[in-house]
Amino acid sequence: MTSAYEPWNEARGAAIIAEHDKLEGATLVILHAMQEAFGYVPEPAIPMIASALRLSRAEVHGVFTFYHDFRSEPAGRHVLKLCRAEACQAAGGDALAARAEAKLGVSLGNTTADARVTLEPIYCLGLCATAPSAMLDGRVVGRLDESRLDALVAEAQR
Amino acid sequence: MTMRIFVSRDAGAVAVGADEVATALEHAAIKSGVAVEVIRTGSRGLYWLEPMVEVATSQGRVAFGPVAAADAPSVFEAMTAGSPHPLRLGVTDEIPWLKRQTRLTFARCGVIDPRSAKDYCDHDGYRGLERALTLTSDEILTEVTTSGLRGRGGAGFPTGIKWTTVAQASADRKYIVCNADEGDSGTFADRMIMEGDPLVVIEGMTIAGVAVGATKGYIYIRSEYPHAVAAMNAAIAAARRTGYLGERILGSSHNFDLEVRVGAGAYVCGEETSLLESLEGRRGIVRAKPPLPAHKGLFGRPTVINNVLSFAAIPFILAGGAKAYADFGMGRSRGTMPIQLAGNIRYGGLFETAFGVTLGELVDDIGGGTLTGRPVRAAQVGGPLGAYFPRTLFDTPFDYEAFAVRDGLIGHGGIVVFDDGVDMAKQARFAMEFCAVESCGKCTPCRIGSTRGVETIDKIINGERIAENLAVVEDLCNTMKFGSLCALGGFTPYPVLSALKHFREDFGPAPVTLQAAE
Repeated sequence: MTSAYEPWNEARGAAIIAEHDKLEGATLVILHAMQEAFGYVPEPAIPMIASALRLSRAEVHGVFTFYHDFRSEPAGRHVLKLCRAEACQAAGGDALAARAEAKLGVSLGNTTADARVTLEPIYCLGLCATAPSAMLDGRVVGRLDESRLDALVAEAQR
Repeated sequence: MTMRIFVSRDAGAVAVGADEVATALEHAAIKSGVAVEVIRTGSRGLYWLEPMVEVATSQGRVAFGPVAAADAPSVFEAMTAGSPHPLRLGVTDEIPWLKRQTRLTFARCGVIDPRSAKDYCDHDGYRGLERALTLTSDEILTEVTTSGLRGRGGAGFPTGIKWTTVAQASADRKYIVCNADEGDSGTFADRMIMEGDPLVVIEGMTIAGVAVGATKGYIYIRSEYPHAVAAMNAAIAAARRTGYLGERILGSSHNFDLEVRVGAGAYVCGEETSLLESLEGRRGIVRAKPPLPAHKGLFGRPTVINNVLSFAAIPFILAGGAKAYADFGMGRSRGTMPIQLAGNIRYGGLFETAFGVTLGELVDDIGGGTLTGRPVRAAQVGGPLGAYFPRTLFDTPFDYEAFAVRDGLIGHGGIVVFDDGVDMAKQARFAMEFCAVESCGKCTPCRIGSTRGVETIDKIINGERIAENLAVVEDLCNTMKFGSLCALGGFTPYPVLSALKHFREDFGPAPVTLQAAE
């Protein structure tokens, strides 16, 4: 599978900014759109956003770094997020997270050496009545147990 | 006649295979040559039965669940023949877990197609707005105030007073903001209603706009809820097409439109002033109050900011009248509360009921105890900032004041159940750790206190000078509780102190002199 994301391109970045810069409080909207297009927020995009919104680079950088969602570099080919909040903890999520870390050979918050899988914690998918839960590239999965988790990890590694 | 089959498209149902079941049912229909329409609804909230599928019959809808894709052919056969099936649950409305509820806010959730304005209107939708448009602003505000509705986000502030404050403020423009940053673990009512009945939220916000004189609203949804974002956007488009949003709503003189904005993974943005900062495109740093958002909110303008469930309660209040709503509940907690049963629980899901039901009834009777079958040891009520209750406090009625008296809070109505395998020192540590990670950093008690809290609890877990370090934790908690700017630092002490008070044995041996007096 090849990456669904486009390589960074200044003209494309400028077009994304132009699409949204008339909105009230557009910074987050533009950062989301950048990440959707490129898979992360490329560093050169920050001063471009700042100048379009008449903000300082520091202000945009500050917003970019405040929020957990925004990446400064591309993630692995697949992103597996495991819910680590209380409801999933109560349903055995701790052991499953440890199992996923062992299977992938990385700790939560990291990408495998072959750049195939990024394993991340997430704090609540709102699937607390079908816990423990996870999200693989935007697809939600509930009622995880060892075998369902193993299948999910294997799918991510493909 | 075309057979009508209903399958949930709620994320909680999709996560356990609802999409595959819907496809399998369609295949079974094609194979049998029976004309079938599969309608994707929201969830009824009976999550242990998801994927639950329903079929329209002359007796009403009949449910089957939990259905796996492999069960689809036999379930379909039972539907067409009206014959028995091991997964047949009977008439949906007669399922005891559903029948025991009082569904005012969630009446349509799981019943209608959430993307269809027609389906919404066919099920009593938009009656509240239609009536509101015949009333003056003052009359609407009186209805909301006398209903006794209190903010369902957690703080429980009277909604009518908030709206009146905004209505009385003068400004060039005002805003309606819906807080859909439902970050508390164990809560999913906002997500469910946005996915299952988004138009009720839109209607509630529109009524707010008419009441206070605002023409623009924002719904701030967390990025962890992509299904809710899609559902809300589809519903907004449907409302615009049918004249319920936009200029001159339903031919009146009122204009109102809505926009969805997506968060970016910061828990603190559920705090209203932090959310407003984020909506303005800034770091989600908490603002000091006053000024209140009702005076200076979004972009410095008077702003009504309410939780999803508060807005969702409004159409019923306007359509049925304030008294019909206020007749439910106890004490100063009027109306119904959508309670969410989660974690290690046998019958997890959404249970909307009048205030006053006890925690024990919710956990043991309605929730059926733990899924693992082991004894219930603790229930955390109200999210990551809520207290852990031991069994001895399970007689506490679900009511804002009753929980406060016992050093707890009902918050957004989430209950997370833990069995006897839980280590409460670890849970207390997690509360501090979560606060440290999610702190916006503006105030010192939260930013530094939470980090020191993690370190000190680690010392206790390692058996270092336990009594002294417990005193440090209590002292830190007091500083955080009284010195923090918002509920993140201010309420993190609830889970920590409740774990210490009720589950002291998990924090190492207690010296004789420090034995709890209670």
